[in-house]
Amino acid sequence: MSSGSHHITNNLSGEILRHTEVPVVKCYQCGKCTAGCPVAEDMDYPPSLLLRMLQTGEADLEDKVLRSLSIWLCLSCEMCVSRCPMEIDIPKMMDFLRYTSLKEGKTNPKAKNIIRFHRAFLDSINYTGRLYEVGLIADYKMRSLNMTQDVAIAPKMFMRGKLGLIPEIIKERGKMGEIFNKTLKRKGKQL
Amino acid sequence: MKLGFYPGCSLKGGSPEYRISTFNVAEKFGVELVEIPDWNCCGATAAHNMDKELSLSLPGRILALAEAAGLNEIVVPCAACYSRLTVTNHELAEDTQLRENISTIIGMKYEGNVKILNIIQFLDKYVLPHVEEKVVKKFNHDVACYYGCLLVRPHNILKFDREENPQTMDNVITKIGGNPIDWAFKTECCGAGLSVSRTDLVGKLSGKLMIDALDRGAEAIIVACPMCHSNLDMRRSAINKYMNRESEIPVIYITQAVGLAIGLSEKEVGFQYHMVKVKLKEKPITENLVVKKVVQTEPTEEK
Repeated sequence: MSSGSHHITNNLSGEILRHTEVPVVKCYQCGKCTAGCPVAEDMDYPPSLLLRMLQTGEADLEDKVLRSLSIWLCLSCEMCVSRCPMEIDIPKMMDFLRYTSLKEGKTNPKAKNIIRFHRAFLDSINYTGRLYEVGLIADYKMRSLNMTQDVAIAPKMFMRGKLGLIPEIIKERGKMGEIFNKTLKRKGKQL
Repeated sequence: MKLGFYPGCSLKGGSPEYRISTFNVAEKFGVELVEIPDWNCCGATAAHNMDKELSLSLPGRILALAEAAGLNEIVVPCAACYSRLTVTNHELAEDTQLRENISTIIGMKYEGNVKILNIIQFLDKYVLPHVEEKVVKKFNHDVACYYGCLLVRPHNILKFDREENPQTMDNVITKIGGNPIDWAFKTECCGAGLSVSRTDLVGKLSGKLMIDALDRGAEAIIVACPMCHSNLDMRRSAINKYMNRESEIPVIYITQAVGLAIGLSEKEVGFQYHMVKVKLKEKPITENLVVKKVVQTEPTEEK
């Protein structure tokens, strides 16, 4: 992998460069990513600030980045990178920050339900190969203990034929387990 | 004419109207859509948020299955699936070592011989060349074409349309006699994968774009993504709460609009599945419309 002319430093921005080739150092704080980000105002640190924090290479600021809510609110809508004059692939960086945050057990408490939903989603694929919406919601409710959410809308969805009660199961269901074992689970990540 | 088809979980689950309208339109233009055998979920947002290799392996298996079945061109109506499959196709083509690694994980070879079409590309290639002669009832409505994020970004990989002010869906609407309005939120995000875990944010993001569509006089919002559709249609109470007003503007798939124009019934395009009822006002057809060549002799089969 080429790292271009950038010197790989021994800190989080260096790790980002090594694993994703995203050059945090190139950001000159124009703020277009933050201006275009649809969830910037709900984040604890907007995208351009995350980049600045990483540029400092300070351990305590890197720790704040990994513990931020921002990295989990990011929708990967790709608006930031499409407007970045330096073409810094912020969504790719966000993916890497999420993996690192999970690996180091630093996930933000306010992101719990977002992560629970991702896990419930992947769990469904692991078991059946396809997303089973009723199962997903039930699984998510068990994980989040958020029992009342969507109770009002579910019967209407069912009546309109939008909720199937029987999951679609692929033939090579075992293949899914293998793929999960060889990727996510191999790295000690939990579903 | 046979084409591969990747429905994805939404079209098999909560978005039957998209599947039905896509199939019925394809049939009218002599295209048979063949489902990729034993396909699995692409992993969507959840996979790439949690593990990179997983996020490439799930689409990797789909592409390998399509290739093994000899389906070299596949239609992927869901914008999220389209994005995941296209990004995977790109990454596997760029990096031989990564391709071998993913091959080992999925236990299948993939040579990179599958071409992926999103719904607009499919319409553009197989429907639009003959659509004007098939239009029996102009889609005479002012509509906001909403592309969302994943259909047009990341541009360097998808290489489809413009990132900020795309035109391809507007062009389809124009071809069937409709009037795509100019508006500011064509490619803003609806809140996508946060639909369940942060419904409040979906209400806000979708609310912002709906306010603009309503203020500019749109009669409907046209979409090409089941996530955009379910957020704008199903999450309407959260949206209305954010907007602090009641809205009844319907959210219609581009394939449903095309279907109506070529004479499919409301049932054949799946309006019965919508949460927000689709009520489109009939308008007098004026002369300055773009579709000029309506063949009067075309039989109106379904009424």
